[in-house]
Amino acid sequence: MKTIRTSIIGFGAVGQGVAKVILSKNEYLNNMGIDLRVVAIADSKTAVIDENGLDLSAVLARKLEQGSVGSENIGGTEIIKTVEHDLVVEITPTNINDGGVGLGNMIAAFEKGMDVVTSNKGPLALKYCELEEMAKNSGSQFKFEATVGGAMPIINLASETLAGNKILSMEGILNGTCNYILCRMMEENAPYDQMVAEAQELGIAETDPIYDVEGIDTACKLVILANAIFGMNATYKDVSVTGITKITPEALLLAQNNGYDIKLIGEVNGSKINVSPKLVPKDNPLAVGGTLNVASLQTDISGPITITGRGAGSIETASAILSDIISIYKD
Amino acid sequence: MRVSMDLELKDIPGQLLLVLKPISDFKGNLVTVVHHHEKRTPRGTIPVQVVFEIKADKLDDIISKFEESGVSVVSVDEKRYLEHGTVILIGHIVHTDIQDTIDKMDETGCAELVDLNLSMPKIDCPSSACLKIDAVNKEELNLVIELLKKIAVEKDLLVIEPIESELRV
Ligand SMILES: NC(=O)c1ccc[n+]([C@@H]2O[C@H](COP(=O)([O-])OP(=O)(O)OC[C@H]3O[C@@H](n4cnc5c(N)ncnc54)[C@H](OP(=O)(O)O)[C@@H]3O)[C@@H](O)[C@H]2O)c1
Repeated sequence: MKTIRTSIIGFGAVGQGVAKVILSKNEYLNNMGIDLRVVAIADSKTAVIDENGLDLSAVLARKLEQGSVGSENIGGTEIIKTVEHDLVVEITPTNINDGGVGLGNMIAAFEKGMDVVTSNKGPLALKYCELEEMAKNSGSQFKFEATVGGAMPIINLASETLAGNKILSMEGILNGTCNYILCRMMEENAPYDQMVAEAQELGIAETDPIYDVEGIDTACKLVILANAIFGMNATYKDVSVTGITKITPEALLLAQNNGYDIKLIGEVNGSKINVSPKLVPKDNPLAVGGTLNVASLQTDISGPITITGRGAGSIETASAILSDIISIYKD
Repeated sequence: MRVSMDLELKDIPGQLLLVLKPISDFKGNLVTVVHHHEKRTPRGTIPVQVVFEIKADKLDDIISKFEESGVSVVSVDEKRYLEHGTVILIGHIVHTDIQDTIDKMDETGCAELVDLNLSMPKIDCPSSACLKIDAVNKEELNLVIELLKKIAVEKDLLVIEPIESELRV
């Protein structure tokens, strides 16, 4: 049995999901030869540390009751630098302007030769190549399946399962919020504003939905795919982005009468990285409804391969983080 | 659509006008005329090949005019539009000169707007339109959609085109 000591930096929806998944999959992990011990957890203000392994149920309960994980006044970056451990699970908020704390945390981890698993898109959308380079130089493993498509295993599908294929292009729906809004506008023949409000009420859209509806979130995910799958050395600046804010119910009706849905489609094709609303034939596998995500990879020898799944959610995203952890440490 | 015709003209002055005038009268757009003076036929006529753009419903009228005036039509080769594309536009479509948008697409000669369905909810609100485009092949369809996207940037319209896998050549 391999003992892996890990920290969880960021303990919001995904962080708590990771703790729950580790608790429920403990035996499964043991069977894979992995003894996963969480030795530190940090949120924005507090931290809790136990080098022998934290009681995750107790930390989850405390976060729920008191809003904080512990009483120690030590930041996430400080934990990475000072507490002895092997793996950093970096799940602080995404910041696509400067990478936010996540970027500093990843750099600190690589400087110490630690492995990193993350769902935080910001640092990758801005500094993919630099981070990969640092990880390589320090012998660290760096996995980020959860940054794109939540539970939908697109990166690992392309890089591992489809080994031997050349991936020629990719197109898909990588933002569940936009997909929900467009589907509902079509169903109800309702204006954009009204369906954004409904999505916010249901917790599907954030209070400030701009990252989603302007296509920025999709663009960040495309940057990660362009680098990880297509080896492109791209950053956010290389993406042409059009969101869904101008879509009208009339346009959706016209599309529908001609056998199409309108979807916010992200694509990587040749050197082109593009996000824009597109017409998807109703019988095309990309025409998924609700908050689902979908991606279709065009391969040279297997033809098109399409996967769909839940693109967000606490447990769903945590599942992608867990699969990255297992793929690093299984024998 | 684009039509290529093989004609035979009598070898007397003024015959070419009998070809060019009907094309222009029916608002056709001449692309090329090749006059094969050296290839005079045993009948003593001169073979001429013309290529022009014309609205599909005017082609028969032109052929009748030729025949009336003694121009013999040997063969007609119209380009067949095998690819059908749908594109949606959103914005101030009418106010930004819809005729100009359509003309620019038709002028390409390789594709033609065959249907336009406009939905205008309220004055001053952006309208939406569904455009059906017929093209000779996928390459030409892609070209005309690219052209439409360029026009749309100038006119601040949003173009919603089919996904890439639908347009792939
Ligand atoms: N939610 C999803 O479905 C989903 C899916 C895919 C990817 N992601 C990505 O996963 C990451 C986490 O998402 P989330 O939904 O869990 O967000 P969230 O609920 O807002 O949680 C963010 C967590 O990070 C903590 N945090 C903020 N600043 C920090 C700092 N300086 N040091 C340490 N912790 C800090 C917050 O602390 P407090 O608790 O004290 O506020 C909170 O616990 C984001 O990058 C997001 O884009 C989320």
